[in-house]
Amino acid sequence: MTQAEIKLCSLLLQEHFGEIVEKIGVHLIRTGSQPLKVIAHDTGTSLDQVKKALCVLIQHNLVIYQVHKRGVVEYEAQCSRVLQMLRYPRYIYTTKTLYSDPGELIVEELLLNGKLTMSAVVKKVADRLTETMEDGKTMDYAEVSNTFARLADTHFVQRCPLVPTTDNSDPGPPPPAPTLVINEKDMYLVPKLSLIGKGKRRRSSDEDAAGEPKAKRPKHTTDNKEPIPDDGIYWQANLDRFHQHFRDQAIVSAVANRMDQTSSEIVRTMLRMSEITTPSGAPFTQPLSSNEIFRSLPVGYNISKQVLDQYLTLLADDPLEFVGKSGDSGGGMYVKDLHKALASLATATLESVVQERFGSRCARIFRLVLQKKHLEQKQVEDFAMIPAKEAKDMLYKMLSENFISLQEIPKTPDHAPSRTFYLYTVNILSAARMLLHRCYKSIANLIERRQFETKENKRLLEKSQRVEAIIASMQATGAEEAQLQEIEEMITAPERQQLETLKRNVNKLDASEIQVDETIFLLESYIESTMKRL
Amino acid sequence: MPFFPSLSVGSLVPSRSFQDSRGRALPLPLFLDWPRESTNGQLPEAGLERLRLKEDQRIWSWLLLGLRVGEGQQVLLPGSLNTQALPTMASRGGGRGRGRGQLTFNTEAVGIGKGDALPPPTLQPSPLFPPLEFHPVPLPSGEEGEYVLALKQELRGAMRQLPYFIRPAVPKRDWRRLPRELKIRVRKLQKERITILLPKRPPKTTEDKEETIQKLETLEKKEEEVTSEEDEEKEEEEEKEEEEEEEYDEEEHEEETDYIMSYFDNGEDFGGDSDDNMDEAIY
Repeated sequence: MTQAEIKLCSLLLQEHFGEIVEKIGVHLIRTGSQPLKVIAHDTGTSLDQVKKALCVLIQHNLVIYQVHKRGVVEYEAQCSRVLQMLRYPRYIYTTKTLYSDPGELIVEELLLNGKLTMSAVVKKVADRLTETMEDGKTMDYAEVSNTFARLADTHFVQRCPLVPTTDNSDPGPPPPAPTLVINEKDMYLVPKLSLIGKGKRRRSSDEDAAGEPKAKRPKHTTDNKEPIPDDGIYWQANLDRFHQHFRDQAIVSAVANRMDQTSSEIVRTMLRMSEITTPSGAPFTQPLSSNEIFRSLPVGYNISKQVLDQYLTLLADDPLEFVGKSGDSGGGMYVKDLHKALASLATATLESVVQERFGSRCARIFRLVLQKKHLEQKQVEDFAMIPAKEAKDMLYKMLSENFISLQEIPKTPDHAPSRTFYLYTVNILSAARMLLHRCYKSIANLIERRQFETKENKRLLEKSQRVEAIIASMQATGAEEAQLQEIEEMITAPERQQLETLKRNVNKLDASEIQVDETIFLLESYIESTMKRL
Repeated sequence: MPFFPSLSVGSLVPSRSFQDSRGRALPLPLFLDWPRESTNGQLPEAGLERLRLKEDQRIWSWLLLGLRVGEGQQVLLPGSLNTQALPTMASRGGGRGRGRGQLTFNTEAVGIGKGDALPPPTLQPSPLFPPLEFHPVPLPSGEEGEYVLALKQELRGAMRQLPYFIRPAVPKRDWRRLPRELKIRVRKLQKERITILLPKRPPKTTEDKEETIQKLETLEKKEEEVTSEEDEEKEEEEEKEEEEEEEYDEEEHEEETDYIMSYFDNGEDFGGDSDDNMDEAIY
């Protein structure tokens, strides 16, 4: 784990879980897997707090535990999982686009709480939805359960590993920590629950439901006394599936930018068909015949079979090689090469970074070297048609930032510098790694700056919140205009302006974080896919 | 602000004068009296001086030592590269080391032609906020960008309210030694709050958990972060009496102040507090 990653993890943990959890988490990330006593000793915190912190981290799937020999339990932190906390808003927004409000809230609850049982999720979500609906309407549990089932079917939520059912013939004391097992097939099985009920509003003085509360309350209490039918079956959000979805989205939009809308629709169909059949890490999708594609095209697109074939050949011949033809049966078998797609996305990211940082001439040189793989200084000047001085300057600028590297090819065995070729080349993997590291650093800087800004203006923020609260409460109890005016004037105009600037800055910093996170996702997926192939 | 030690010109001139082998007085090298920590390279004047005088010294030494190779006088100006001078520099060194003046790479291949101006020497570390050549691309705006932004901020706030957010504990106090009135009353049961529906997002429903945890915490410890203060920040709901309670509590346990609690005392408890507990409120 690089220093930048550790710093970012510590900032994220601190923001979301507080300082104690942060201390323990960072210590675990730094030192690998450790037993409980050693953690308490090394970090200097009391055993109680260490236990609490570890519980929180395990609940959120950030730390896993393992039983070693002699009954010692060791805890290990997962740095990559902590970094994915940056992406929570994106996951929730994606679910909103796919499954609208109930789905969005389900995923939000799961992400915030780590693991939950299905009944707990459904209840919470129904309550929250009821809050926002108009008076008199309540959200039915059935609708939420349906959405939950659909989410499970498309693998967006999955079951957590379960405590194994112990046989009665197992002698001896129970192990210090349960080894949780999960069956592949059961991961997405939704338990058969008959959840009857509606969402409850928080206020018990609900005039609209006046007739009902008396009848409902005994039912509610009996529900609590009964054991929850799906006790022990916990669900978590399946982040890998979300990543797959993001990746597909990126590919589809890339195709749409490069060609036209129709071809992107075709690619989207192909990807959707292989969504569940292909495991997330595979470099290629299953080959699909063009007949199948034709059948599964969305209803709105009535293009003829021939046009579809033409599009497919066009896609297959494209130099970016998003789609490859792997056979002729069934009207042509087509395969999506995911690794190549990711590589081209990562390359595009690199190119755009070079362009924004150094200018379009540098970008031209960069693309040239990318295309020709190895070039000498002289050749760069000739091909790019840029005067020698400028070309040299730009090459060195990029070299110093490690976007381009030098490859030495000696002519003589003694590697004499005057008799060696020096070729410029772009190593995409290492450049991607370097850029990723920079992204981590920049997000850490953004978070720090945001915290600094809020801390600077803390007094002002508190004051404004208090004033708002006073106004709100007075409005509720019915106050006059004059009084409200007076209280509003407690915040002077320059203070208001200061607040405005603060809000704008914080928003800008937040938006930048989200933007950098998108780049991080692309680069991480590319690096991961390359490492798998090696 | 970096620390600039005071300069007096008198202290700069060294006591002995710099002389070469023939006894001629050479220009005095300026030994700057900076202690080592101060010269972090942020003083361009210091560096330039040193560089210029080093060059002068070198030129003088060549002229004085005489030219071994009959090439005429080749004065090396700082800032340009004379490729012919390089091998002669080596020999002019008088065999003090082979290839002393040689560069390890072929200058033509790398692209530095003859007589080209070298880039200016770097005399200081790169600035902390380097100026950007090109303006950065604008951030994503529009409905999606704003929605995700709002989501992010709400999540941040929401996570602070959950029971998973562990607040740093305050050490136990020995109540026998402190006046009884300093003990915090058990927080009253939070009565029903008047909820004000937010336009977009419904507020969280973890009130009950919070209350019980807070009650437990007040029973054990003395100070508690004002959590309802943060409720105001994130959820726009408040009751007046709770506010008043907070305003009273706020004075008592503001953990973010830099002053220890005794700063706010008006001298009554001066002799009463034991010295053992003075370290409690300093963070």
